[in-house]
Amino acid sequence: MTTHGYLAREYFGRLLEALRNSGYRCVGPQVLDGAIQYRDLPNAQALPSGWRDSQAPGRYRLEHSNNPRQFAWANGPQALKPFLFAPRETLWCVERDARGALSFRAVLPEAQALAVIGVRACDLAALHLQDAHFLQGQFQDAQYAARRDGLFLVAVNCTHPAATCFCVSTGDGPDVPEANGGCDLVLDEVDDGFIVRSASERGASLIAQLGLAPVTLAQQTVVADQRQQAREAQTRMLPSRDLRPLLDTRLEHPRWADVAARCLSCGNCTSVCPTCFCHSDHESPAIDGSDSTHYREWDSCFTQGHSYIHGITLRADTRLRYRQWLTHKLGAWHDQYGRSGCVGCGRCISWCPVGIDITEEVAALAADTP
Amino acid sequence: MNALHVPAPHVPMEAEIVRRTQESPSVFSLGLRLCDPAQHAAYRFEPGQFNMLYLYGVGEIPISIVSDPEDGDELGHTIRVVGRVTRGFAALKPGDRIGLRGPFGRGWPLLETRGQDLVLVTGGLGCAPLVSVINYVAQRRGEFGRVALLQGVRHMDDMIWRERYARWAKLPDVQVLLAADVAGTGWSWHVGLVTELVDQLAFDVRDARVMVCGPEPMMLASVRKLSASGVADEHIWMSLERNMQCAVGHCGHCQFGAQFLCKDGPVFNYPQIRARLGVKGY
Repeated sequence: MTTHGYLAREYFGRLLEALRNSGYRCVGPQVLDGAIQYRDLPNAQALPSGWRDSQAPGRYRLEHSNNPRQFAWANGPQALKPFLFAPRETLWCVERDARGALSFRAVLPEAQALAVIGVRACDLAALHLQDAHFLQGQFQDAQYAARRDGLFLVAVNCTHPAATCFCVSTGDGPDVPEANGGCDLVLDEVDDGFIVRSASERGASLIAQLGLAPVTLAQQTVVADQRQQAREAQTRMLPSRDLRPLLDTRLEHPRWADVAARCLSCGNCTSVCPTCFCHSDHESPAIDGSDSTHYREWDSCFTQGHSYIHGITLRADTRLRYRQWLTHKLGAWHDQYGRSGCVGCGRCISWCPVGIDITEEVAALAADTP
Repeated sequence: MNALHVPAPHVPMEAEIVRRTQESPSVFSLGLRLCDPAQHAAYRFEPGQFNMLYLYGVGEIPISIVSDPEDGDELGHTIRVVGRVTRGFAALKPGDRIGLRGPFGRGWPLLETRGQDLVLVTGGLGCAPLVSVINYVAQRRGEFGRVALLQGVRHMDDMIWRERYARWAKLPDVQVLLAADVAGTGWSWHVGLVTELVDQLAFDVRDARVMVCGPEPMMLASVRKLSASGVADEHIWMSLERNMQCAVGHCGHCQFGAQFLCKDGPVFNYPQIRARLGVKGY
């Protein structure tokens, strides 16, 4: 069975066709509203051919060139998160009859086979963290599990990290690990096509349908070189993969007040973060009182309500909220899930309306002892 | 103690209010029975665990279970009116139906403390999460050593369950000490803070096991006082409160440092939470 080979760019459609023949709905990156976003992929021509993303603190712009490559960009605001942990969804419904009796009914999403094309290594790492949170604890999240089961992941190694990326320092990219990548296929893009490698049994059986050509030595050299360049291109970094010892001694550092003076507490960072899992429960009763719907929606530790408890808001100001976010993301995650909650995707930097840079804040906290 | 099996972790079960008791002007208790007899018969909990109670069309709140685990008739919940949901619950009467998910969380260390002297320190409605412990110990008086119940309130009118305390005081080797910051006629107990009651204990607390529940400043003051009296940190347990919505460790609101209160707590051994307790914002 073929597990490795070359797919010319004009035959990329075969991959989509093979996935559809196996029952998958395909989504892939496309240019939409000025950003790379994952949407239903009608054909290979819809991929963002020639598009590059230019990212900086508080800045995301797309630029077009004649480069034939379709994956020569780092990322967009979405990761895999919305496909599994829906931004808003119903959990259960309840009906009340004339005598006041209540009947509850669980609501589950329809299981679907979904193939995501163009997944990044950082987003795969984030997916595994969300798996740990929603599936591998004492309780399984039924909604997440229903969507996760049917997921087929086609990763494309990142050749053009953005200026905001720092996945090398978190150990999560820019390449998908050779072993245990946690996806089905891994692609390396070259100018005229793709080197395709299977990373699961499902991936291997799909590859067999593509009619791949052997990989040449020259192609292998190109791939090795561009992987190396992608690693070396990153300038941002976190000083350590485990920042618990540092953060534990900085809880009263003046930098928290400094960042709070710039932070709008808008929650953009938590919305684009591929690992943030907070959500709140809400109720939507029918206007005639006969039934009610209980749903959940993404929440953020930057909101007023997040720390509300019978009349008290524990984190009433932005200083405490930013500190909660950072000490959780880079600290408490280690105790909860065995590693940092940051995968170095840099989204929180680009999509912050005032350009707060997590790596810069950590550097400032680390620079001196309070 | 490990959390027990949760029959309905995500979707409420229908429950009927079988008893409603007004405990004080702002505190009331609801005795609940699951409408499905099989569900009610199968329901098990440990003292210190809580249920998510659902008010139709409004929402859910976490409420600790105050009844005895062996009481098969009803599940007791004592509630203070503080917000939208609790105000709605206060208006319900026997026969009304609500939703119930649970039980959730880890309860009090009743196996680890068997045979030991116990000091239970509570403040305000913090006595509610420990009432089931008191009942548990009262039913199994021979299994524990001496017991002291220390309860403090701000105003003497906030003192609920005076008859219960009087009844518990009559049990062998049980000392009841009450305190109110503000008191007037009819108050024969201590006027001041609950922590000051530690000095009146009839036995040496050094080898006792301590369970504390109440407002955090009161719990911190209690820990300081007890530590000064020679109680080891490892012998102190306390129940914390945070915003809780999902109760299954997923929604993130109840996080306290690395702990999810809803599944890792709400009862913690003090060293587990020592680093963050009292730090503003956690």
